[in-house]
Amino acid sequence: MKKGILSAQFTRRLILVVLAYVIVQLLISVNIINDYLQATLTTICINIILAVSLNLITGFTGQFSLGHAGFMSIGAYTCALLILKDPTMPNFLLGTLLGSLLAALVGFLVGLPTLRLRGDYLAIATLGMAEIIRIMFINMDKITNGPRGLSGIPRFVNWTWLFIFTVGTVLLIRNFLRSSHGRACIAIREDEIAAEAMGINTTWYKVLAFVIGAFCAGIAGALYASYFYFIKPDLFGFLKSVDILVMVVLGGLGSISGSILAAILLAVISTLLQSFSEIRMILYALILIVIMIFRPQGLLGSKEISLSVFNRLGRLFAFEKEEK
Amino acid sequence: MEQLLQQIVNGISLGSIYALIALGYTMVYGIIKLINFAHCDVYMIGAYVGYVCMAKLGLGFFPSLLASMLVCTLLGVVIEKIAYKPLRNATRITALITAIGVSLFLEYTTMFFASADVRTYPPMTGFMAKTFKMGDVVISAQQILIALITVILMVLLQLIVKKTRIGKAMRAVSLDKDAAELMGIDVDSTISFTFALGSALAGAAGILVGVYYNSINPLMGVLPGLKAFVAAVFGGIGIIPGAMLGGYVIGIIEVFVAGLGYSMYRDAVVFAILILILIVRPAGLLGKNTGEKV
Repeated sequence: MKKGILSAQFTRRLILVVLAYVIVQLLISVNIINDYLQATLTTICINIILAVSLNLITGFTGQFSLGHAGFMSIGAYTCALLILKDPTMPNFLLGTLLGSLLAALVGFLVGLPTLRLRGDYLAIATLGMAEIIRIMFINMDKITNGPRGLSGIPRFVNWTWLFIFTVGTVLLIRNFLRSSHGRACIAIREDEIAAEAMGINTTWYKVLAFVIGAFCAGIAGALYASYFYFIKPDLFGFLKSVDILVMVVLGGLGSISGSILAAILLAVISTLLQSFSEIRMILYALILIVIMIFRPQGLLGSKEISLSVFNRLGRLFAFEKEEK
Repeated sequence: MEQLLQQIVNGISLGSIYALIALGYTMVYGIIKLINFAHCDVYMIGAYVGYVCMAKLGLGFFPSLLASMLVCTLLGVVIEKIAYKPLRNATRITALITAIGVSLFLEYTTMFFASADVRTYPPMTGFMAKTFKMGDVVISAQQILIALITVILMVLLQLIVKKTRIGKAMRAVSLDKDAAELMGIDVDSTISFTFALGSALAGAAGILVGVYYNSINPLMGVLPGLKAFVAAVFGGIGIIPGAMLGGYVIGIIEVFVAGLGYSMYRDAVVFAILILILIVRPAGLLGKNTGEKV
């Protein structure tokens, strides 16, 4: 009986997801979503991947990272260099995979020693790490073309790939959080000492969350590189990390649907304010301050909206069935 | 040998500025356990106030120095009252994110009003434009001025912290806030005073950088701010002499890395030092290792 309900819920979700994909694909093919809107759509998807993956590290595991843009840049550069050499579709996928693996590896190497640090020390250490990565890219002149960056990167990313990667990332992180590993991560956020006393290997889980987050940031970087033609080290500086952090904080530390909402909201705001970049940043800053003072848990806190909506819908459907 | 001495002279000038900024970081961290990201932008505002005083109002160096210290003091207190005071009992991450917010706000508001263009200080005249040669080592009057002002300010700070009543209150609050409150110390005004002191030093650093490097922009605070923070961690965060020591050491290391021909890597080296220090000796050079309280 229970299994039946679950699978019904699963089918409903599957239908919704496929529907979302098909509708947008249709809108693109009849050109209602033009190139300009498509760029916004891409930004939204990349933002979602970045925000959800940082939320895993900061919101769910409670490890404050200010270096997410560093991981993103590793994915971006790896993928860009591979497809610049040989622009084929398999190479793009290989580049995305390699880039994310490399980002995950760096995340592991950095995380292992620094995750012993707490709170603001960890924040500063990750910030330093991201800066070091950026400076390395600036200085590897022969490979990365230094501060001028790489341009003319072939575009392989379309709506289909964006959709697959975004949904894949969200599902990966959501399912991770629902597993016993994810529960362990949340326990670490709530109280690290108590978690350790309960027999949770806190270092292992902190590094695990960090590595998964870095992996997903690598994917986002690869998608970015292959959509926007052009990358340079300065795109992945401290400000980009703050950008991602704003999304996570705005949506709610510990809420996946919150991150998704905030990612969409901020992408739309920044597209609208594109020509007033200073006002955009002032607005960002004010959002951060006001939210922290008046609603430090973020818009959604640690609640998930989609789930309750789905459940309510589900109950509604079930009710109708019984009535029949 | 001359080269070495020259590098040390340059390193001390740079280090003085880091030390002045680091003092603000370390005092605020010592008292409310907050990395005040906005501190580096107070320093930037200091440089801009100096620019307005010297280039637009035509004031001399010392009146401008005082003006920029005064404005920064006010700014520091206002930031504390508006942004940090409501968060006194919030988690540290909340306070840290607020600090980033304040920092971005100051940077981009400045950019909005003063534009992102690089501004140059008016050229120095008279004594300030002189350079002195000792053998092959060249010392400019500005470098002497920076070193002197830094030392004077540090001595003043030490006197305030060690000899005055408010300094005693600062030390008490940083040791144990609750106990200090029970003893009748006004914790809020003590914290405000700490912000005021730190911001005044940052303002001084700002105008000194303007005079020394001759160019300022709204984002000039970010990198020196981070490095000053590294300096504070290096010396042991919360310890005032540690910040001075850390500032000089980081300044000299940076100049030496640049002098050896790796100037592109000078920032990376500083951050590598930070990560190394955090891993090997998180309490810093002068800090005592305290056991973690459960």
